[in-house]
Amino acid sequence: MTTTAPRTNPTALRGRMLRFVERITTPLVPSDYLDVIDPLRSGAALRGRIVEIHPETRDAVTLVIKPGRGWQGHVPGQYIRIGVDVDGVRQWRAYSLTSTTDRPDGCISITVKAIPDGTVSNYLVRRATVGTVVQLDQAASEFTLGTTAPAKLLFVTAGSGITPVMGMLRNLRADTASDVVVVHSAPTAADVIFGGELRMLAAQGLITLVEIHTDTDGMLDAGGLGDLVDDLAERHTMACGPVGLLDALETSWATAGLADQLYTERFRPTVIATGDGGAVSFSTTGITADNDGTQSLLDTGEAAGVLMPSGCRMGICFGCVAPLRQGAVRDLRTGAVTTAAEGDGVVIQTCVSAAAGPCDVAL
Amino acid sequence: MTALHEAPVDLTTHLTAADIENLGAELDAIRDEVIASRGESDAAYIRKVIDAQRKLELTSRGILLFSLFPPAWIAGTIGLSVSKIIENMEIGHNVMHGQWDWMRDPKIHSTTWEWDNASPAELWKHSHNELHHTYTNVLGKDNDLGYGIMRVSEDQRWTPLYLLQPLSNAVNAVFFQYGIAFYDLQIGKYLKGRVDKDDFKARGKKVLAKIRRHATRDYVLHPLLSGPSALTTLTANATANVVRNLWTHSVIMCGHFPEGVETFSKSSIEGETRGEWYLRQMLGSANISGSRAMHFMTGNLSYQIEHHLFPDLPSNHYQKIAPKVEAVFERYGLTYTTGPLPKQVASAWKKIIRLSLPNNFLSSASN
Repeated sequence: MTTTAPRTNPTALRGRMLRFVERITTPLVPSDYLDVIDPLRSGAALRGRIVEIHPETRDAVTLVIKPGRGWQGHVPGQYIRIGVDVDGVRQWRAYSLTSTTDRPDGCISITVKAIPDGTVSNYLVRRATVGTVVQLDQAASEFTLGTTAPAKLLFVTAGSGITPVMGMLRNLRADTASDVVVVHSAPTAADVIFGGELRMLAAQGLITLVEIHTDTDGMLDAGGLGDLVDDLAERHTMACGPVGLLDALETSWATAGLADQLYTERFRPTVIATGDGGAVSFSTTGITADNDGTQSLLDTGEAAGVLMPSGCRMGICFGCVAPLRQGAVRDLRTGAVTTAAEGDGVVIQTCVSAAAGPCDVAL
Repeated sequence: MTALHEAPVDLTTHLTAADIENLGAELDAIRDEVIASRGESDAAYIRKVIDAQRKLELTSRGILLFSLFPPAWIAGTIGLSVSKIIENMEIGHNVMHGQWDWMRDPKIHSTTWEWDNASPAELWKHSHNELHHTYTNVLGKDNDLGYGIMRVSEDQRWTPLYLLQPLSNAVNAVFFQYGIAFYDLQIGKYLKGRVDKDDFKARGKKVLAKIRRHATRDYVLHPLLSGPSALTTLTANATANVVRNLWTHSVIMCGHFPEGVETFSKSSIEGETRGEWYLRQMLGSANISGSRAMHFMTGNLSYQIEHHLFPDLPSNHYQKIAPKVEAVFERYGLTYTTGPLPKQVASAWKKIIRLSLPNNFLSSASN
């Protein structure tokens, strides 16, 4: 047969149906009403519900989360970005997934260590309750073992840097018997997140575990790792921990000519410098201008030729709001500083905000 | 000097420039206190209101599918009217003011919200947030002041056309959502050639498109879904829209029209300081006193004075700060205009009728 009868494309049909339903629910969209009934349903913005909370150490917990139907799964080693409402304000952070990928209940888990003054980590460790609905992004990161795990592996981790590695170890156990060395640093034995499980894996001979307890042993020395692991050069090395440690490892591996065997994951939030004034990048138009910290971003943008939305110019009408992609701004009325990292979804009033460090405004 | 010297009777002559700046500082302190206290319970409040409103709307529209049955018509119409009022006032108006932007929830944000009203959010935010709230009660600048067609102050020259204003105000009350949409378009200015033609056309298209969408929803699709109840669902939806229009019109009239509320001339606000801006908001707004339910159904616009001083503070805080604001009025010898709803509505109507006649017409007629 040479002709094809016209077929109804299921996607097109679904689109037409959706547009029809939208006409019934305007000015809202159908999902606004469906969210009232089931926030985790298929097709909804990705969310999850905390179903279990397990303490790990005195300042770390594991949260078991039931993701919504839109969850696409993850590869061990990856992280998810999670959005939680702390004191009513939505905050986004990235945490490594520590669960096995084949849980029958479809849940995922993250392990969070409370860091001093950490808004989100302290909330998750001390205040979050079972039943809380959180916002999620799909899993991301290249910090994974790929399709076939290398025969010889070295993990170098410190503090909560163990979390993506635990995600890999738990999924590796059933796999081929790789030769795995884990060098982990924490203040004391009791501070080792997953301490019991790691020691059990070592006792079973599945991994070789080297624990460094910095309160008694001193800091982990990147240059001295060769003394702890003799076949360093033969190992595929993956490291996760504080920036200082990762920098030192990269230098050390580069010096030894092994730079292509080291993979690092930097999970700490970018430190945002706050000061008076700074360079403002209007990244949509590609214009950069200096703000002295006393002038509004609106004035700075207009003077630089950016087409700025504006209104009352006194902070009441919200006609000038724009996303702050990254950086820090200070409210010219109250002095309060607002910071944002990529993906935080922070929107600011440009008419009453000045730069408090370099910043990137999506205009 | 105060910026208010051109008001017919200047009620602020007893205040020095320093007094006015102090007054501003006291109000700023009240604002800072609220901002510092915003938190989880506020977020829970607005989410609960949105959740309840959506459930009420779904239920009411569900009941109206059987509106041929009179009790269903009555229950559905009441539910839908209440739902539309809450959606417009406590939710829509306040979200579009940016009162909830601090939550950083993209679904409850001034930049993304659209409401069940003929006026598109984008145009409304311009004419309301920017023009009305910045230039509150400034003749020729604030469109809310008589919507550009009414005489609301003795300072406006009387013409015989104003004789019609009690009637036109009544018509406006019934069709209020369309009235708002059209004055957002600034038709008056357009006719005088003071608005760019293409710009006007583009905005007009947006308004008409939204009106078409909403009319299709309320007067075509939902009636059709009701099958045999089509006609009664149509009348129910029309009734709910009119109830919402009458209610919002009355509440909004009470905000700036009752006796005791001042208007200002354009020249009086030149070089206005923040303290003077606050003072103008204080003199240009009036509250409504009443029950918690009444305050809720007005979207807390019954705290018009507090709302005009702090348009971006969450509406559930207005009630709490009202005593502090009233104390500031007292300390500075200013009148905090307030009264029960029927009294304020009557007062606003009285003013509209009085100003439809030439100045002193009633008093000279009785002489």
